[in-house]
Formats: sequence, C-alpha cells, structure tokens
Amino acid sequence: MSVFIDTNTKLVIQGITGRDGSFHAKQMMEYGTQVVAGVTPGKGGQRFEGTVPIFNTVMDAVQATGANTSVIYVPPPFAADAIMEAAAAGVSLVVCITEGVPVLDMTKVYPFVKERGVRLIGPNCPGLITPGESKVGIIPGRICTPGPVGVVSRSGTLTYEVVYQLTRAGIGQTTCVGIGGDPINGTNFIDCLAAFEKDPKTKAIAMMGEIGGTDEQEAAEYVKTHMTKPVVGFIAGQTAPPGRRMGHAGAIISGSSGTAAEKLEAFAAAGMGIAKRPIDFVELIKARL
Amino acid sequence: MNLHEYQAKEILRAHGVHIPPGRVATTPDQAEAIAREYDTAVMVKAQVHAGGRGKAGGVKFCKTPADVKEKATAILGMSIKGLTVEQVLVTVAADIGTEAYVGIIVDRATKKPVFMVSAAGGIDIEEVAATTPEKILYVPVDVRYGLPTYDAMRMGFFLYEDVKLARGAAKIMQQLYAAFMASGCSLAEINPLVVTPQGELVAVDGKMVIDDNELDRRPEIAALRDERSEEPSEVDARNANLTFIKLDGNVGCVVNGAGLAMATMDLVKYYGGEPANFLDIGGSSNPEKVVNALRIITADPNVKAILFNIFGGITRTDDVANGIVTATKANPLQVPIVIRLTGTNEEIAMKILQENGFSASSDMDTAVQQAVALAKGGK
Repeated sequence: MSVFIDTNTKLVIQGITGRDGSFHAKQMMEYGTQVVAGVTPGKGGQRFEGTVPIFNTVMDAVQATGANTSVIYVPPPFAADAIMEAAAAGVSLVVCITEGVPVLDMTKVYPFVKERGVRLIGPNCPGLITPGESKVGIIPGRICTPGPVGVVSRSGTLTYEVVYQLTRAGIGQTTCVGIGGDPINGTNFIDCLAAFEKDPKTKAIAMMGEIGGTDEQEAAEYVKTHMTKPVVGFIAGQTAPPGRRMGHAGAIISGSSGTAAEKLEAFAAAGMGIAKRPIDFVELIKARL
Repeated sequence: MNLHEYQAKEILRAHGVHIPPGRVATTPDQAEAIAREYDTAVMVKAQVHAGGRGKAGGVKFCKTPADVKEKATAILGMSIKGLTVEQVLVTVAADIGTEAYVGIIVDRATKKPVFMVSAAGGIDIEEVAATTPEKILYVPVDVRYGLPTYDAMRMGFFLYEDVKLARGAAKIMQQLYAAFMASGCSLAEINPLVVTPQGELVAVDGKMVIDDNELDRRPEIAALRDERSEEPSEVDARNANLTFIKLDGNVGCVVNGAGLAMATMDLVKYYGGEPANFLDIGGSSNPEKVVNALRIITADPNVKAILFNIFGGITRTDDVANGIVTATKANPLQVPIVIRLTGTNEEIAMKILQENGFSASSDMDTAVQQAVALAKGGK
C-alpha cells in the first residue's frame, strides 16, 4: 500500500519533449513508472525514445492510453492551462513540477480542479515517489527505499536530505510527497496526513514545513484531533528575516505571522516529535516505529 | 517586488482612482519647482521600500515652496530602516475628514484574493486586525467572476452610511481590483482612503507588491524596479539568476534548493554560528552559477568562511565542483571553504575537488560544524 501513486499509476507526461520533461521522463521510465503517453502540441503521432506515444492534447492521450495521472514540465506561462487541460481530460491526479507559476493563475486553477474532483500536487514541487513501485516527478529514486514512513514536505532538496538520512539508517518509506513551496498549492499537509493515516503500511510520518502561512499550524491541529499515528515535524527558516521571500514564493514571514517559532509551538501543542535538525528525524522516527 | 508609492499611485490613477496630483523629485530644487507649480500646500514624502516613513521623519507637510525645499533637503539622503532616500514625492495635500483602509491581498487559506476594508484607516492594519478584528470586513473574490457590484457595495456600506459615499467607495474597490489583477499584484492597498470635508473620496497613500512570477509577462511592470533602493549584492545575484538575501553573519552559504538553504542557515545557527546570507543556486547546475555565487559571497567583507551544501538531484554535483575549481582559479579565496556534496555524480565531484586540492564531506552536520569553527577563527 501507499498513497496517491502505486503500480497501477499510468502516467502521461505534459512537456515530454522539453529539456526537463525528456530528462525526467527517462528517469521515471528507468525507475519502473508506467509512462503510457506524452503530450507536446504539434508532435502528435511521434514516439518518445521510440516507445512512448506522443499526443497533441491530454484528452487524446487519456482516450488512447487510459492514463490516470499527469505530470507537468511545461514553462511557467503555460502551466496553469496545462493543469486545467489535464483536469478536464479526466485524470484523477495532476502533479505540476513547474516553478514560477503566477499565484493569480492559481486562484483560477484551484477551483477548476476542485470542482472536477481532481487531486493536484504542486505547483513548484518535486512530485512524489512510492519506493519500489512508481515515481512521478523528480525525486531521485536511489535515495529512497520501501518501508513504513510517510514523508511530506514543502521543499525539494530538504526532502532528499531527510529521506537520504532515513534510508542510510535503514528506515524506508511508504510514499514521499513534495507538496511544493508556493502560497497556493493543490494539496496541503492535511490532505497528505489524512492519506497516510488511512494507509495501513504507513506507521509514522515525517513532515517538513517552512516559514510562511499557517498550513503547518492547521496540520498540527489535525494531528491533535484526527491522527493515531505518530508525526515528527521540522520547520526550515528559523533564522529567516521577516518580510523577505526565502526562495520559495510561499516562504515569507508576513508581519508577525508565519514564523518558525509559531509553527514549532503548534507542533509541540499537538504532541508531535520535533526535529531540530534534519538528522534528528532518524532517532525520533525510530523511537516511534 | 515592491513598488514605490508614486508608482502605485500612477497605476491606480490610470484605473480611475481619484488621487491628488503629485510628481517625484530627486533634488530639493526639483521639489521646490513642483511645489511652485501646484501653488498650494503639499506633502513631501520619502520614496523608500520601508514602513514607518512618517515616524522616521520622512513625510512632511509644507505650506510654501521654500518650506518644500528645506524639508526635501532634509529628507533626500536620509536613511530609513537602512535604506537611503533617493526620491521624494511632492503631492498636493488633501483636507482630511475621515480615513479608511482598503486593501486586497492573495489569501493562502481561501486561495483567493481577499478584500480587507476598515473604517479605522490611516494606521497599521495588522494592528487593527490584532486588537479590534471586528472593525475589518473580509470579502473573498472568485477571480472567475471578478468583484461583483453587490460585494463592492457591501464594503462601501461597511465604511460609510451615506449612499453616495458608499457608491463612490464601491467604485474605488472595483478600480483597485482591476489595478490589482492587471498588474499581477500579491497586495494592493489604499491607506488612507480619505473623505474630505467637502465630501470627496481621495486616495492619499497607495501601496502595491507585485508577484515576482508575474514580471516575465509584464515587462512594463518589471521596468518599474528601482535597483537603487535595493541591496547591490542582491541586484547582482538576481541578474545572475540566483536567489540571494544578505544577512548579518559571517558564514557564507551556497546551497541548492530553498528549503535546504533555509535548513542550512538554521544549522549554522544551531552550531553557534551566524549565516551571512541565504543563497539558492537553484535546480539546474551550470558551473557559471557557482562562479557568480562565489563572487557575490566573497564580496561581503563580513564573510569569514564559505559553506557549500549541495544535494544533487537535478543538480549534478560534478558541475558544482567544476564551478568551484574555475572560480577559485580565477580568484583565489581569501577565506576557508567547506564543501558538502552528495547525490548525482558525487564520486566524480569528489575526484575533481581532490585533484584540485579541496576536501569535501558528504555529511551536512560535519560540514556545518567545520564552517562555523573556521568562521570563528578556529580549526
């Protein structure tokens, strides 16, 4: 078991012939993901790497191949439309890797996707991986190993760091989800916590948040009221100055809200384990398995 | 990206909002000439990206052109929260009856633009929200439909009992919303929105923050960037496609990925050091980026040690290693460097570094501790 993706995931890649799309398409295929189609307008009828059929539209791809999941590697000006195209074409999961999507575009896309009952992960995220089964996005496969820990994070490389530490210590993962660092994203911590709570294989959860917004505080409240499984949390940006966007569009302390201290307090109040350093996840998770 | 008050006002004016005439000056003589032209009482206002301009003495009321020249002389060149005032706005002073607050911000919780309006204007809205939240009306907007008149009127009546004023305010909300959407804002506000003793609605101060992700498709807005009002090293970094924020410590950090970059700064602090900066070289690993990153970091005289923390995913660690070698060959380092690399092509990277006299570790905690010790002058 796992969350969101598994061996039944049939993937269509939007932007499969682009620089990033083609590189990661190969990586995902090597990992064993069922890549059933690609989409690049104007290249319909061709094949990627001689095998994967390319279509002009997501609709065509879904009809011809039965793809149920889409991953998006198109440039930022086209990302919002790509998400809506995928949702309209009938896939149930859309993962948008693209960084730099204007937030006002997302205010349009979010209700569009919600109303169709489609799950969106991202934008500006590394995607997700269910070790040994399927990978959708850019998380390096070799740092993961199957096991009992669910991982959810707003950041890419910080996720890699923690997963790498866990794997090195012999602690594997059910699914690792990068929800992205933008102020408006399709899937939040609570969505992932709820999925991990339901997943019988997940025994503990590692959650990496960062400064900005109140997602982590709401997640802590959810842990307190809805979760039976142990959750260990970390917040990046304890040394960040207020009012500055720390790389991620969403990582900004506004006035006195969104600080690391506020979030860590919420974690403590929810009885969560608190990792002061990425390495601390290893002992804290081990003690809870 | 923050706009100056005068830039925000020009955009609002273009959308129909009534704003007193005003122009910017960079010298006291220019300021005096503008005041002479208006031939009435004016405000002289420092144009810097900082709150609390009034308290800092950067906003003055002047009755005569001579007074304007004197006040402009004092304000131009003054420092407000570390930023030097390079320009002042000279604008016709409005008679103030009442003051209201009208703002719109992209709200993360509702995932919509949300209006905030309050009759308690002219002061810090965050303070109002904290102390008397019932004085603020929040109205979310579904961008697919825009701001409907009934919602705009609801806000108008929240501010004013008089139907004429309520209608006038509702019109301003729609103009503000149009300006917000057309400019790609993450925040736009009019504070205060003034009712003059003659019963006219006037926007006396305006503020706009633009979503950086909008700038590529809005060159006319991107052109409003005022590089003189920014930290020079941050301008340099942006032009080199790096995300860089200068801080006050002495451990220079070069990291890939925003989350890991923040976590690295935090770890520096955890081990008793102070980070000199936030720097994310991003996902694609072009050796040129590393060269630029090192140039920007070593230009800061506070930096006593440099710490690389690279987790190779898309980023190839051998590209980073090559960047370090190239940069340090051209400009030998004056301060010690600690390198942590792991992930994609780690073995090749380690070999490149060793052949060029560098050592590197694959453990984040070890590297951070070393860098902190070196910055303190230890071993």
